[in-house]
Amino acid sequence: MSDPNERLRLGVDRDRCVGAGMCALTAPEVFDQDDDEGLVVLLHPEPAPGHRAAARMAAGLCPARAIILHSPDPTDP
Amino acid sequence: MSYNPTAPDTTADRTTGEPATLPTDRRTGCPFDPPAGLTAPDDRPLRRMRYADGHIGWLATSHAAARAVLSDPRFSARYELLHLPVPMPGMEGMTQVPPASPGDFLGLDAPEHTRFRRLLTGKFTVRRMRQLAERVEGFTHECLDAMEQAGPVVDLVEAFARPVPALMICELLGVPYADRDRFQGHVATVFDQTSDAEARGAAFAAVGQFIGELVAAKRAEPTDDLLSDLTTSDLTEEELIGVGGVLLAAGLDTTANMLGLGTFALLSNPGQLDALRADPGLAEQTVEELLRYLSVADPIARAALEDVEIEGQLVRAGETVTVSVQAANRDPLKFPEPDRLDIHRRATGHLSFGHGPHQCLGQQLARVEMTVAFPALFARFPTLRLAVPPQEVPLRDRANIYGVISLPVTWDKE
Repeated sequence: MSDPNERLRLGVDRDRCVGAGMCALTAPEVFDQDDDEGLVVLLHPEPAPGHRAAARMAAGLCPARAIILHSPDPTDP
Repeated sequence: MSYNPTAPDTTADRTTGEPATLPTDRRTGCPFDPPAGLTAPDDRPLRRMRYADGHIGWLATSHAAARAVLSDPRFSARYELLHLPVPMPGMEGMTQVPPASPGDFLGLDAPEHTRFRRLLTGKFTVRRMRQLAERVEGFTHECLDAMEQAGPVVDLVEAFARPVPALMICELLGVPYADRDRFQGHVATVFDQTSDAEARGAAFAAVGQFIGELVAAKRAEPTDDLLSDLTTSDLTEEELIGVGGVLLAAGLDTTANMLGLGTFALLSNPGQLDALRADPGLAEQTVEELLRYLSVADPIARAALEDVEIEGQLVRAGETVTVSVQAANRDPLKFPEPDRLDIHRRATGHLSFGHGPHQCLGQQLARVEMTVAFPALFARFPTLRLAVPPQEVPLRDRANIYGVISLPVTWDKE
């Protein structure tokens, strides 16, 4: 399990996204879908602590692996 | 009811090392459980399987293997590359499956598949589908009113499970309200297992013709609906009609069977039903668990385009892998005590809508429909129960989408 205090940086790859909506369903505070193509919109690249677990789950559920979890930079204080 | 000409010998691979065939007979045990032999404890997430045409391919039964196959672009969904896991009615002896007809994007890979998918995903977002909840509620209550008038003792499939999603897809696609009886009649015949092949074929053609006329009407006079929107896209006429047919078939039969079989499952598990009644806030979780537990749309087949290693097993180019959604959803490594219906569990991560680029486009609509419909049904009829012994409920055990053919129910009149 990841440390809940660990910072989390997210990225999304809209080219990979298939618009299934699992992210917007699982972590609505962090992800949305645009109205035109239904593709992922990243609302918070560095989600607040309370939303990190949901964001990680959304990344795991994404059917297209379009959500990228960046490891925190070890040199970053 | 026990007629099963393709009864598989599921023990063959264990005793002789011969490839097994796909177990399909759900009737041997509990009607909600996968066929015997499918999820038996097995340390091999992929096992050799003999296909309808003799092809020796694979059967994937673990959750991890299923996800790996479905999300890997080295596996193709193109129909013409696939071997059929079991003989299809009317396709016996067929050694090759024809390619997808125009607009049938389920049988295409990227980039062709992506072209269709991108046109549609914006219409099925979580937000848009949630905005439809009120309409779903309206349709649900219409059906419940009619059911109350007609009963007690009604067939829940005819009165509730089929019409709720049918009314909603009519609204989304833009089928005029006045035409819906005609439309629903054809669709019901297409999916009616008791109607013969000729009648179903004629009904299928009638649906195609109906959508064709509708498309022409939308082109002449666009309204605020999906088909009208699509007439402004670059889809050809044939593709447009094909897409309409896919959306219709996928949206109707799946949710209808989840509502019918799901009601049967909840009535058969009174403790779970009581918990849902006591706390309607459990509705979303209940829907996820029913999706996992029932896995009505199964299996999914893919063909390897090159040699691929899955869970330590080499799948050769050209080999078909059948992914058993039922088995994956009952994988104890993913879902502890998988054979228990437990609406308190988090069933998130089930594969009932598939996985990968083809993951169900309409899944958020299905969720909204079920989250509204189940609680409304049980609130309206607190004494709802089966009107026949459970073993007499006829099951769709020879169809692509599993479910109940009919579900006679009754209740106490106030």
